[in-house]
Amino acid sequence: MPQLDTTVARPRPAAPRHRPRRVGRIPLALLLPALLGLLFLVLPLAGLLVRAPWTTLPQRLTEPGVLTALRLSLLTATLATLLCLALGVPLAWLLARIEFPGRRIVRALVTVPLVLPPVVGGVALLLVFGRRGLLGSWLDTTFGVTLPFTTTGVVLAEAFVAMPFLVIAVEGALRGADSRYEEAAATLGANRWTTFTHVTLPLVAPGIAAGAVLCWARALGEFGATITFAGNFPGRTQTMPLAVYLALETDLEAAIVLSLILLTVSVAILATLRDRWISAP
Amino acid sequence: MRTRRFRTVLATVAALAVVGLAGCGGEDSTGTQPGNANSGVTGDVTVFAAASLTESFTKLGKDFEAANPGTTVTYSFAGSSALATQINQGAPADVFASAAPANMKTVTDEGNGDGTPTTFVKNQLVIAVPKGNPGGISGLRDLTEPDVKVALCAEQVPCGAAAKKALDAAGVELTPVTLEQDVKAALSKVKLGEVDAALVYRTDAKSAAADVDGVEFPESAGAINEYPIVVLKNAPNKPAAQAFVEYVLSDPGRAVLTTAGFQAP
Repeated sequence: MPQLDTTVARPRPAAPRHRPRRVGRIPLALLLPALLGLLFLVLPLAGLLVRAPWTTLPQRLTEPGVLTALRLSLLTATLATLLCLALGVPLAWLLARIEFPGRRIVRALVTVPLVLPPVVGGVALLLVFGRRGLLGSWLDTTFGVTLPFTTTGVVLAEAFVAMPFLVIAVEGALRGADSRYEEAAATLGANRWTTFTHVTLPLVAPGIAAGAVLCWARALGEFGATITFAGNFPGRTQTMPLAVYLALETDLEAAIVLSLILLTVSVAILATLRDRWISAP
Repeated sequence: MRTRRFRTVLATVAALAVVGLAGCGGEDSTGTQPGNANSGVTGDVTVFAAASLTESFTKLGKDFEAANPGTTVTYSFAGSSALATQINQGAPADVFASAAPANMKTVTDEGNGDGTPTTFVKNQLVIAVPKGNPGGISGLRDLTEPDVKVALCAEQVPCGAAAKKALDAAGVELTPVTLEQDVKAALSKVKLGEVDAALVYRTDAKSAAADVDGVEFPESAGAINEYPIVVLKNAPNKPAAQAFVEYVLSDPGRAVLTTAGFQAP
């Protein structure tokens, strides 16, 4: 990427000019917990690296099941993110821009998948979209479609768990965005849809990107709802986290290798996207 | 400015992400007391037991507590292989009861068993079907029908290994819709009506008799699971652990297990 770490200060009339602030002594009360926090997050990764079976790594990487699970993981996480974008951005807009009775309750409901243990989420999905579920039985009798144990089921499970991350990020961005631009567009004759597509969306694009990235990362790591709702079958519903879990049943080293692959691929993708979409700090 | 706004958003959501990404973890029980040398045993006994022992061991533990006042039995029920991994990684357990010798061997090979494991029960597979057997399933061959959805356990866990053995013995080739992580997960897929059948232990089908029927099939005789139990070398409360294993092997213990559908070894 030719894009370098240069923060271009765009000339803005109201923006304060002094960018390179004089950095004083870093307060110890902030530095210490910050470093501890970093250690706490990084040490488990170090643990994986230390225990990784480096000598047999190339051989393990080429095992056919590994690539199948990885491909399925990337595919389903991406599809789940697209689904979340299609539904979550309008939902976030609704929550941020429209006053309606019960908005607080709706906002709380949106975060339910965050607090729900994913396994419970999976059971809940079965009760609605399962073969005997509220909607699922109708889908089955009318269209002959059943969702559990299918790749579509994996996407649904991941989207269910990941969507709140997107909605919260986008709603936050929308509330932080200057609504005067939208008002100006409206006074110039733009209707709400045009304003949304031409003014609001570009304005909150970084927020949407951030939400999408988090959403994707959460979908990629999804385990509980997936194994409960979509089951576990290689090539169809066995994503990387499921493969890791089952490898752990018999072979700790294989589980470590799978975890490292998932970690490397996801960090690489996230780092690339971050550089592209968001000017690096 | 935009970048900064993004960062604020990211920081907020990242904080939430930490909450969300925190996975599920097992709970360990500590706080054992040293056993009283003169009069029986006291304190906590932590038993790691195969998922298929859930009902029978829960009952058995209550009987043990009643017979040994001052003791508390705490269980961790999960797939035998997951338990074996946890024990080898230093989980503070006193007793390990596995659903298959292979997982027990994982533990004893690492030198984590105290003495030789004892086989305390045997179990065999049945076909679990929804109550009343609406699909009219009578044997393994019926499971190969294209419109019959079957759940098996993954081969890595004992019920999956036994299922594979039985299917191989019968010469039946079967494509399940899912390979579940333990026998209870496979059973719950039948209970929820998401699959038409699952191969589970006789004891599991019996424990869910309200929702599930167990169809016996002859090939299961070729895949009988032996359940070994052992006191662990690093048991925090060895005297109580010993007493618990003895209780499992005693007549009252065996009676509980037989009632649950287990066979004597």
